[in-house]
Amino acid sequence: MQALDDLTILDLSQHIAGPYATRLLADFGANVIKVEPPGGDIARRLGPFQGGEPHPEKSGTFFYLNCNKHSVVLDLKTAAGRDALRALAAKADLVVESFAPGTLDRLGIGYEFLRDINPALPLVSISNFGQTGPYRDYKLNDLTLYAFGGEMYSMGETDREPVKMAGTAALFESGAAAVVAMMGAIFASKRQGNGQQVDISLAETHFGGVDRRHATAIAFQFSGRKTLRLASHGGGMPGGIYPCADGYVDFTNAGLYPDRVADMLNYPEWMDDPRFSDPGQRLNPAVIEEWNANFIGWCIERTKREVWDEARRAKVLCGPMFTMEDLFTDPHFRERGFWAKATHPALGEVTLPGRPLIMEKGGWQLRRAAPLLGEHTAEVLSGAGLDAAAITAASGGSA
Amino acid sequence: MSPKPLEGIRVIDLCVVWAGPFGTMLLGDLGAEIIKPENPFVFQPMTRGAIARPPQILADTAIAWSGGVPGGKIGDRPWDYSPTFVSLYRNKKSFTVDLRRPEGLDVLKRLVAVSDIVYENNATGTMEKLGITYEWLKEANPKIIFIRVPAYGSTGPYFEARALGVHLEAVMGHSLLRGYSDADPSSNTAIYSGDYLAGAQGAFAAMTAIWHRDRTGEGQLIEIGQAENAAAMFTQAIMDYSLNGNVQGAITNRDVHARALQGVYPALSPGTSATMDDRWIAISIEGDDEWNAFAAAIGNPAWTADPRFATNEGRLAAHDEIDAHIAAYTATRDDYELMHRLQAAGIAATPVLEASRMFGDPHLRARNFFRTQTQRSSGTYEYVGPLWQLPETPVEFYQPPVMFGEHNEYVYREVLKVSDAEYQSLLAGGHIADAYDPSVP
Repeated sequence: MQALDDLTILDLSQHIAGPYATRLLADFGANVIKVEPPGGDIARRLGPFQGGEPHPEKSGTFFYLNCNKHSVVLDLKTAAGRDALRALAAKADLVVESFAPGTLDRLGIGYEFLRDINPALPLVSISNFGQTGPYRDYKLNDLTLYAFGGEMYSMGETDREPVKMAGTAALFESGAAAVVAMMGAIFASKRQGNGQQVDISLAETHFGGVDRRHATAIAFQFSGRKTLRLASHGGGMPGGIYPCADGYVDFTNAGLYPDRVADMLNYPEWMDDPRFSDPGQRLNPAVIEEWNANFIGWCIERTKREVWDEARRAKVLCGPMFTMEDLFTDPHFRERGFWAKATHPALGEVTLPGRPLIMEKGGWQLRRAAPLLGEHTAEVLSGAGLDAAAITAASGGSA
Repeated sequence: MSPKPLEGIRVIDLCVVWAGPFGTMLLGDLGAEIIKPENPFVFQPMTRGAIARPPQILADTAIAWSGGVPGGKIGDRPWDYSPTFVSLYRNKKSFTVDLRRPEGLDVLKRLVAVSDIVYENNATGTMEKLGITYEWLKEANPKIIFIRVPAYGSTGPYFEARALGVHLEAVMGHSLLRGYSDADPSSNTAIYSGDYLAGAQGAFAAMTAIWHRDRTGEGQLIEIGQAENAAAMFTQAIMDYSLNGNVQGAITNRDVHARALQGVYPALSPGTSATMDDRWIAISIEGDDEWNAFAAAIGNPAWTADPRFATNEGRLAAHDEIDAHIAAYTATRDDYELMHRLQAAGIAATPVLEASRMFGDPHLRARNFFRTQTQRSSGTYEYVGPLWQLPETPVEFYQPPVMFGEHNEYVYREVLKVSDAEYQSLLAGGHIADAYDPSVP
């Protein structure tokens, strides 16, 4: 068994944050019924595509986000589509959606519609700024989310524009915050009989702390101080990002343990130099610069993996900057069995990141590749009691 | 208070720094009782601040989220009000015990017997050195759920590697995927997104394991290898390598899905970056309709009519050129005014909001996002609110950021029901304290 295999999730969400959250539920066993509009989830139109050519069944982004789910096409703008939704909701333990606020109500399938079906059925609504407030109808994407709610202001060089994280990392962080609320809503429903419409504002998941904003904000309330935008140039002994033979290594905070650094370098005589060992002198920029000049020489003679080998041996805080090629070929993650494989009709055998965490009982499994658009429409809707004509009508003629 | 989703679940929080404490904070917000054992003789750096008794120069010079203490002055009990600490320790209880001594371990064991979850994210080997293993916990409570967050997992060549979040991000590829495309990676600022992702998934794992326990009667061990956990955030780059063998690099503020165009542009600023009064507007334009709407919203200046800009492909090719035009337009305008103007036209645009400005934001005010909390050591302030709103079982901030040893009476007398004689003995032994021992620097 898997821990959540007694739960059915009716998932109307699209794009990245919502589907990432429901992917986690699916990975631990939940039966996630992904309802897609006749044209498919918009993530099907997001790259990277296998071979570089856009194709709704060849998006790597969609693939990753939707493994372990079933795809059912419903046209929710029709009465037949809404009837099908009612039948699916009657068997669901949680409904998730990410339409613009007010959309579900306009279609007549909002929280009241669901509450009439089952008063304890929770609805999790994910939106840009929440279901209320003056920015309710404003747009957000990964860039603007991180700019407004996240730590972007403090990221980058002081004299340049602030800079975002990689890819759509901010949306993935919001998705991880959302799955916690989804589990909370399920517990409130099953343990206490409380149904409710959970209001998740992507902006508030960032304002509320998925990436340090809560700490920088309270620091200002406390002291009037703001968090400067500042690159992590090498400013310690060592501290910061240093070049090496084949790339870069990051040594944040390593200077807190000078004895370990001496062990790492195998140059104990550096530590005998009074300028390098006196705690007062260790804050002197000129001394740091001289120390770093020696240290960069040490780094440049070594590859990033060789530098990290020495750092690990001496328990020094260090991280080599890996490319995706480095990561895919790295022996540690291979030895641990991190990578997973799934076979997909359009993509063939695909390698993808495996379990995000290891539960010894009822844990992560990759049961199926991401679904083709509408792959499970007939199977799921007939299981919900719809006949062939109703299925065809509900899916806008696609099944 | 209404009953909370996790009412009746007790969590022992042996967490440090960010990744663990964020997970237990989310569990506390949902109603679990979070109890943090703290050692009066051992200070854990980066949790209740950098060091127990920092010199004033640290408050004056350390980065604000670390050194920005109340009133800018380090006074009594600095361990109660480090900004990173207070932002993660609402709705938690603190009691003190020295786990290095047998009678301290015995106290923990009795607490484990009446708890549901033990959650830790210490450096590999730290718990083992104290004698705290999953086997030991199971002796006290066969149904215990033990959540561990080793940096690289408990197996494999790197299992003993020391790491903060920033090092994991380097190894998982984030550091080379973010930052300016025209600068080397040393222009990166230290980042800790993976700490928060692992914290959220730790809370998810805790609830998944409770669900499993309630169905089967079984507790279990959970391992969150924090590096592996972070991989999802870089899905586009990972899948591009997996599907196509492409190695992606940094793209500054452009769209990873190549929708043109987007960027961060200067806005009218009351000061400079040196005083942290520089202002910027982030704008994201997706598709030809939004491009046309954008052009109209800024008054259809002649340059927007260039036929090369009419398609996504054309805008991508001319991205730098268009960026310069947009920057010239935005540089003399207020960032909020730009947001409202462009959002009214259906364009995603927001100020790059420096954290202090959120307290004046009308949307957050309208949603009653902030929570006033009063803590005896630091005073009364407005804190940021919860990550989500559950109207029937709302997140309440019933316990302000917890003071060191604040719940000694509660834990020893009410939960563990120790005798007066044992209480006095633990007090005399220094286990029960309301401050760090004077020997701790």
